[in-house]
Amino acid sequence: MTYTDEVLVLDDVTKRFGAHTVLDGVSWRIGPGITALLGPNGAGKTTLIRIVSTLEHLDGGRLTVLGHDVVRERRTVQQLLGLTGQHTAVDGMLSGTENLVMVGRLLGLSRLDARRRAGELLDQFDLADAARRRAGTYSGGMRRRLDLAMSLVRAPRVLLLDEPTTGLDPRSRRALWEQVRRLADDGTAVLLTTQYLEEADALADRIAVLDSGRLVAEGTAAELKAGAGGDVVEVLDEHGQPSGALSTDGTAGHVASVLRSLPGTARVQVRRPTLDEVVLQLTGKDAA
Amino acid sequence: MTTVAVREPLATTPPVRPGVLTPFTVFVGRSLRHSLRDPEALLMGIALPTLLMLVFTFVFGGAIGGDSRAYIDYVTPGIILLCAGYGAATTAVAVSRDMTTGTIDRVRTMPVPGVALLVGHTVASLLRNLFSTAVVILVGVLLGFRPAAGPVEWLAAVGLVALWILAITALFAFLGLVAGSAEAASGYGFILLFLPYASSAFVPVATMPSWLRVFAEHQPITPLTESIRALLAGVSPGGDAVAAVLWPLGVLAVALVLTAWRFPRTRSRLVH
Repeated sequence: MTYTDEVLVLDDVTKRFGAHTVLDGVSWRIGPGITALLGPNGAGKTTLIRIVSTLEHLDGGRLTVLGHDVVRERRTVQQLLGLTGQHTAVDGMLSGTENLVMVGRLLGLSRLDARRRAGELLDQFDLADAARRRAGTYSGGMRRRLDLAMSLVRAPRVLLLDEPTTGLDPRSRRALWEQVRRLADDGTAVLLTTQYLEEADALADRIAVLDSGRLVAEGTAAELKAGAGGDVVEVLDEHGQPSGALSTDGTAGHVASVLRSLPGTARVQVRRPTLDEVVLQLTGKDAA
Repeated sequence: MTTVAVREPLATTPPVRPGVLTPFTVFVGRSLRHSLRDPEALLMGIALPTLLMLVFTFVFGGAIGGDSRAYIDYVTPGIILLCAGYGAATTAVAVSRDMTTGTIDRVRTMPVPGVALLVGHTVASLLRNLFSTAVVILVGVLLGFRPAAGPVEWLAAVGLVALWILAITALFAFLGLVAGSAEAASGYGFILLFLPYASSAFVPVATMPSWLRVFAEHQPITPLTESIRALLAGVSPGGDAVAAVLWPLGVLAVALVLTAWRFPRTRSRLVH
């Protein structure tokens, strides 16, 4: 049994596309459990995932997966990783079973083992009834589940998910969260990118915020909320619904002065900032 | 940070590497399944050869050759090459599709040579188009085509067809790699599909205006057609055979060099 608290270690990781610096010296240590990477479009989230998964080269710095260097030990790293990218890698002309067997065979399983593993995964992801149907006929949620199952054929120790629930309806999204959580409970380390703050808040043990290729914050959801300034004074309308929000620095004096600036009849509530507001404050942009 | 046990790989999935040939057989199998399940590909493989044989024999045959029975011996090699071109063109679309979905990324994160994906498409195209060739010959024989070739000539003729299929498939695979989309990939191939019309495949080059004749005599389809026609008639193809072998080999070499240079640099096109 391997004990480690460092699944991914990024040391001054830099990536440029032409003159554009996409990752600007990112240093980050990622432990077990579920880690979410948040940030606005173009922050470099997908590039970071692609570098970890050996799809892009580093221009500078160093990156190890469970102690193995992504450049010098590329094949070993590939054996440890599973990737579900932003765009589905499901082959629509093949059935669910055939997709999984194909991946199993490519990963070195015998025909028989590949079939058995495909059966297990189809059961696990509630796809057994659709196993023989062409994946092209699947719903969006089913395709995503099959895609995820395909990256789990060899039980990777680190699972990379690039925007795993983008485009899914709330029910399918929750079902996928459930699967990811179960994998993490079984000991798979998960790094996921997302534009949904709700997703990071609900799923991740730790959250990092990437902005213009730099890591601007890292911690638990509670730590990020606590670190990013103070409580929010929310003004409510006659139905008790929030109609406006005023941020404060969290001190009693500031909250009091904000309250005094409002009409005496206004209905208000004071609450902790949402992760959305935290990211907005850190990056100056909306996360999505 | 607390120390948590990171799980060892499951006992059912030992860290083994696939056999050297496994990725190739897996991808050939995948591409063949695609061909068999794609109604358009099947139509292309069976209906197109049949229809072209019927059209050229009965519609043009009387006008061009004076007698459709005589013309069929003349035109069959050309139809074989024409069908091979249409069939190979679908490789560009298939390769392009793999490059514009997550497929290429998944393959590249697995410990297998990514180029096996292209080999799969190429071998499937070769088998698919040899099948079309068989359909052309079969329909031809039903319509009165009577080849006089012996086993050696047959082998040589099929060998030339296979070589040409391989060469243009490799070229179409490269086009699929560089095309921005599956639609563009099929568009780029247009010029290659046009080649048989400006060759000795359907009419002797002597009937063409001199400028076109120069082109027709210096492009691959003419020596290929002439050689295959001679072989099927049981005659030695003579000097045409050299050009008929060198042209496909040259096209193949260029396509492979371009692909070897381009493939590692091709990113999944959905990024950025």
